[in-house]
Amino acid sequence: MLLSVKDLKIHYKTRKGPVHAVDGISFDVPEGKVVGVVGESGCGKTTAVRSLLRVMPSVAAFAGGEAVFDGRDILKLSEREMNDLRWRDIAYIPQSAMNALDPVWRVGDQIVEVLVKRGGMKKAEAKKRAEELFAMVGLEMKRLRDYPHQFSGGMRQRASIALSLALNPRLVIADEPVTALDVIIQRQVLDTFSRLQREFGLSVVLVTHDISVVAYVCDYVVVMYAGKVVEKGPVRDVLTKPSHAYTIGLYNAFPELSADEERELSPIEGGPPLLFHPPEGCRFRARCPFATEICKQEPVEVQVGPEHYSLCHRAHETAELREQAKDPAVWRGVVTA
Amino acid sequence: MRDEILLDVDNLSKSFTLTRSLGDVLRSRTPKVDAVSDISFTLKRGETIGIVGESGCGKTTLGRMLLKLIEPTGGKITFAGQDLSALSHEEELAFRRRAQLVFQNPFDALNPHFTIRRSLYEPLFNTRVPEDKHDRMVAEALVRVQLDGMMHLLDSYPHQLSGGQLQRVVLARALVLQPDFIVADEPVSMLDVSVRAGILNVLREVRDTMGLAAVFISHDLALVRYVCERTITMYLGSVVEDGPTKDVVTNPLHPYTRALVQAVPVPSVDQSHEPLPLTGGLPDARNPPPGCRFSDRCPLADDGCRLGRPALREVAPGRRVACFKVPSLA
Repeated sequence: MLLSVKDLKIHYKTRKGPVHAVDGISFDVPEGKVVGVVGESGCGKTTAVRSLLRVMPSVAAFAGGEAVFDGRDILKLSEREMNDLRWRDIAYIPQSAMNALDPVWRVGDQIVEVLVKRGGMKKAEAKKRAEELFAMVGLEMKRLRDYPHQFSGGMRQRASIALSLALNPRLVIADEPVTALDVIIQRQVLDTFSRLQREFGLSVVLVTHDISVVAYVCDYVVVMYAGKVVEKGPVRDVLTKPSHAYTIGLYNAFPELSADEERELSPIEGGPPLLFHPPEGCRFRARCPFATEICKQEPVEVQVGPEHYSLCHRAHETAELREQAKDPAVWRGVVTA
Repeated sequence: MRDEILLDVDNLSKSFTLTRSLGDVLRSRTPKVDAVSDISFTLKRGETIGIVGESGCGKTTLGRMLLKLIEPTGGKITFAGQDLSALSHEEELAFRRRAQLVFQNPFDALNPHFTIRRSLYEPLFNTRVPEDKHDRMVAEALVRVQLDGMMHLLDSYPHQLSGGQLQRVVLARALVLQPDFIVADEPVSMLDVSVRAGILNVLREVRDTMGLAAVFISHDLALVRYVCERTITMYLGSVVEDGPTKDVVTNPLHPYTRALVQAVPVPSVDQSHEPLPLTGGLPDARNPPPGCRFSDRCPLADDGCRLGRPALREVAPGRRVACFKVPSLA
């Protein structure tokens, strides 16, 4: 296992007390596989993956757990050891590539800088490598001389990918890499990304709120809700047999082209709980149409298939719940508060 | 009433003047880019049209012209029998009341210094609606967007609301004047998938109950399919396909629409990973390819496509396509 996250906890210190943004999550990233982390805004997915680079806002602090990368616990490394790891072993593709590139530098120079400063290359060598990287992600070489504002959204995203791969990392953390792009560009960028991932045998943690992106590129998926992992497993199993009420809900909220025109989408009403004082028991309880008395107790992870786990009290009944969940009426008026 | 034409767009064009380089100045040239060229369509009262296309295809420019937020450089828009370019001050005020915009990004569509209440009452003051009607109209709009159970939100500020709530407020603000026509520009693209469905359902409900004519701009055909009866595909400023959404989606005729249909994201593992039937990105709108503008990316293009520009023609009742390669179906 290249990366193994166990019971990781991250708190934000605020005046009102600690926010339990990531509250004991565990997942593994096998060598050469793509693991998708999905969930709503504010579920802790970005906090969780950025902590793997130890790039966190000053108010955030680890509150327990471990993240073992290639045999070493990232949480315990010195800042210097960590710095050696960043970009060389673990690279990051930030959310909104629009802002990831420095607007006053030529894109090529930004890549060369990384190669020289972090990769220890000579300038001429670095220039050659930058051209190679651009070719890899499908950008024209002459565009190396452009400034970021001369790039379209898709091109900037490709440039960010090139930048992240500059030093041949083993693990790439991509935070919503295609969210701001339209469908055609999204598809093309994902195709390029998948091709490179296979070619280099990269391991990837891909954060997104969109299950279709997960379906398209990931091998495994980790579903997060309110700071917890509520379901995880191989993509095929999780998407065909979602075994947590929240995952079932996500699936039913997704508009499909092939679907019957009259099919009504079912939004998951309400919003995630505030994490100052996370609610007792299952955190999805207040929005869940299937919640019962037992859900007031803390759920425990149950195995529902090979490598497939769910944090739902009713995980063993999900075949039935999936059927019921198809009726939009089930999801209506669940939230009473 | 239903068949009455509310909006008639006739050969509408918009070109923007670009910054002139020194060379341009010396040669007294003014470089231009055609954001929208020669678009014609009609919108009936109560009808919803989806406009799909990539970023940069001119769909937002079109939407803004329909609301008279920018002036076209060619062609004419007739709204309820009136030419939009020739409105008197009073007529324009009335038009502003009847036509509304729903913004793409709810996080910056509302004034952060205003309470939600003030944002919702603002349009009523601006268009001089008698004050005794205000409370009732706001209450109605809140019911429409299903925020009526959330009255406590009225005294909150935008940063205190979630994305889904904000977009409902933005929608309520557009509906509060009981318009006849709205333009929704990518209304859900900034929202989480779980919240999107709620907004789409509200849009659908509004369509069915208010008899509102709407133009829904998106790059995702699955969203358009959900709320629009008719779909127009735009490519580089022109309409390339127009037809009932169901037909366009199940049997796309233009090669570009076909690519758009294939690019729609699906939450299923068993989906095609075939490359899309088009290459490259949107060409530079300053020098579009000669002939058919899609010819440089089109898998079907031949020499004929690079010579002449295909006109938008009717190939079956209610279906128009601008492609040489599409035979008439009738």
